[in-house]
Amino acid sequence: MIECRHITKVYNTGAGAAPALQDVSFSIAAGEFVAIIGPSGSGKSTLMHILGALDTPTGGEYFLDGKDVSQLSDDDLADIRKNKIGFVFQSFNLLPRATVLRNVMLPLVYADIPKVERERQAKIALHNAGLDESHYYHLSNQLSGGQMQRVAIARALVNNPSLILADEPTGNLDTKTGEIVLGTFQRLNRDHNHTIILITHEHDVAEHADRIIHIRDGRLIDDVKNGQRREIIENS
Amino acid sequence: MKTSDLFEETSLALLANKARSSLTILGIVIGIASVIAMIAIGQGAKNNIEYSIQSLGSNLVLVMPGMQRSAGAGVSQARGSATTLTLDDAEAIASQVTAVAAVAPDLSGRYQVTAKGTNSNTSVVGTTASYTAIRSVEVAEGNFITEHNVKSLSKVAVLGPTARDDLFGEDSNPVGQTIRIKSIDFKVIGVTAEKGGSGFSNQDDMIFIPISTAQQFLVGSNKVSTISVQAEDQESMAQMQQDITDLLLARHNITNAALADFSTMNQSDVIATASSVTDTFTALLGSVAAISLLVGGIGIMNMMLTTVKERTREIGLRKAIGAKRRDISWQFLLEAMMLTFLGGIIGIILGWLISLIIRQFANIAASVSLSSVFLAFGVSAAIGIVFGYYPARSASRLNPIEALRYE
Repeated sequence: MIECRHITKVYNTGAGAAPALQDVSFSIAAGEFVAIIGPSGSGKSTLMHILGALDTPTGGEYFLDGKDVSQLSDDDLADIRKNKIGFVFQSFNLLPRATVLRNVMLPLVYADIPKVERERQAKIALHNAGLDESHYYHLSNQLSGGQMQRVAIARALVNNPSLILADEPTGNLDTKTGEIVLGTFQRLNRDHNHTIILITHEHDVAEHADRIIHIRDGRLIDDVKNGQRREIIENS
Repeated sequence: MKTSDLFEETSLALLANKARSSLTILGIVIGIASVIAMIAIGQGAKNNIEYSIQSLGSNLVLVMPGMQRSAGAGVSQARGSATTLTLDDAEAIASQVTAVAAVAPDLSGRYQVTAKGTNSNTSVVGTTASYTAIRSVEVAEGNFITEHNVKSLSKVAVLGPTARDDLFGEDSNPVGQTIRIKSIDFKVIGVTAEKGGSGFSNQDDMIFIPISTAQQFLVGSNKVSTISVQAEDQESMAQMQQDITDLLLARHNITNAALADFSTMNQSDVIATASSVTDTFTALLGSVAAISLLVGGIGIMNMMLTTVKERTREIGLRKAIGAKRRDISWQFLLEAMMLTFLGGIIGIILGWLISLIIRQFANIAASVSLSSVFLAFGVSAAIGIVFGYYPARSASRLNPIEALRYE
């Protein structure tokens, strides 16, 4: 479903060209739960931006659902994000002073889905993200961190995307709440067959995934199934 | 993105920051309201002046004595001081100039007038019966001066309502009573209806007596101070004015028109002059108000720039979940336009209220014209677009990655 071929990203800074990603190739099948792990500055955020169609690579090709999205225009990328990708961010990025339901429906507004249908889909997504009905009409800034992140997950789910990208989803949460959120991802992957990519720098978090891709200094240094994770941790 | 959704997003965003939105709207409200009110006041002043000129009568040419020159010396005295016009001139105009509908000579002066212990300094106008028709004076009680009164030098007087109020008390009926002008008794035979003329001459504060009586007993000469000539219609006024000038020059044996000992004044010229003055006045008031509108517009831009900065992460998020540039720029442009639109509507209502109040209390017939409403509306819409465009464009051009990282 996802195929990266020799992805290279070079940033042109004032001091000269700075490569953030060099010749990264891998593919991810539908229904996989993959963690991309690496220390800060490793290029994992850059990779996430490319996978999330927020940015385009300077070299190589990126196929999403069989379509090369590495050369698309801004507006075409926006369409890809609208229809195929759901984002979960470290800092939730919910609209303050808006209800939970409205936050979850927001992607559908841009997808021109009728209002009644929006609400129906949003409620299903909230249910799947593990948030019960009593919170639907709460304002997003009245929720706890764990609840906020589940609203954000519901928002990522609502347009039924091919791919859910979670960028340090537990970074702003305590360990216990983080576990619940990661459990939610596991359940979505297992029960609803969602393809999930989890970007993190923490090994404990990465362990929740079935497969771990290890990035360092802009290069892919490891790509293993979860069974072998001990090895990776020891290697790093 | 659907239009209805766009409006919903916009109004929710504005409601989320009520205090700031309303203060920004206030800036536009003040601007629009002052433009509307100022133009209304200017128009009102213009209407007032035109009305008081019209209330002198319609299609009038006024002939007034000019300055008297001592032969050869070139010394001129004040205009109107000359006693160059006579009743014969008036009669000559009436009989020899074509297109004349009516002629009313008058001889006015201010005198101390007494009646049963009250006294008043007022304008006494000696005139003829045709004065009522020419100057559109109506009689409320009793009668106006008749031809017979003029011929027989009757000592009768017709009071204006203000003069009546001053001498006999408000709304009294003085017909049959006696007033004294310059120690001469006059019998009151009528009261004229209120004209409400204000401005440079109060047409209600007057006492009318036969012109012959005024010449004989008050002034002691056969001069007249004004000859009012009414034309048959507006088109013939210019020609009539010329004919009168020619006739009087001939009668006074003056060959050089520049040395005429009288002057003529065409009513439409007066109106045109007065109108151009009030138009300038209106433009001045309007442009001062327009400056406050501009300041209001800058307020909108300021608020929108702050909003875009504050909501950078929101913009990043909207882009991440699929909003296109167009969606973002429309949202912010619409916010600016909605602010000015609301401000425009409230401003129009407020401006209209202000002109109502002015009409009520300041005696200016301030009127809000439809065109000034459209102008204000157009300007406020334009302000929304002009001052909202730049912030909206910069919002739409934000890079989603950087916007999401923005702290």
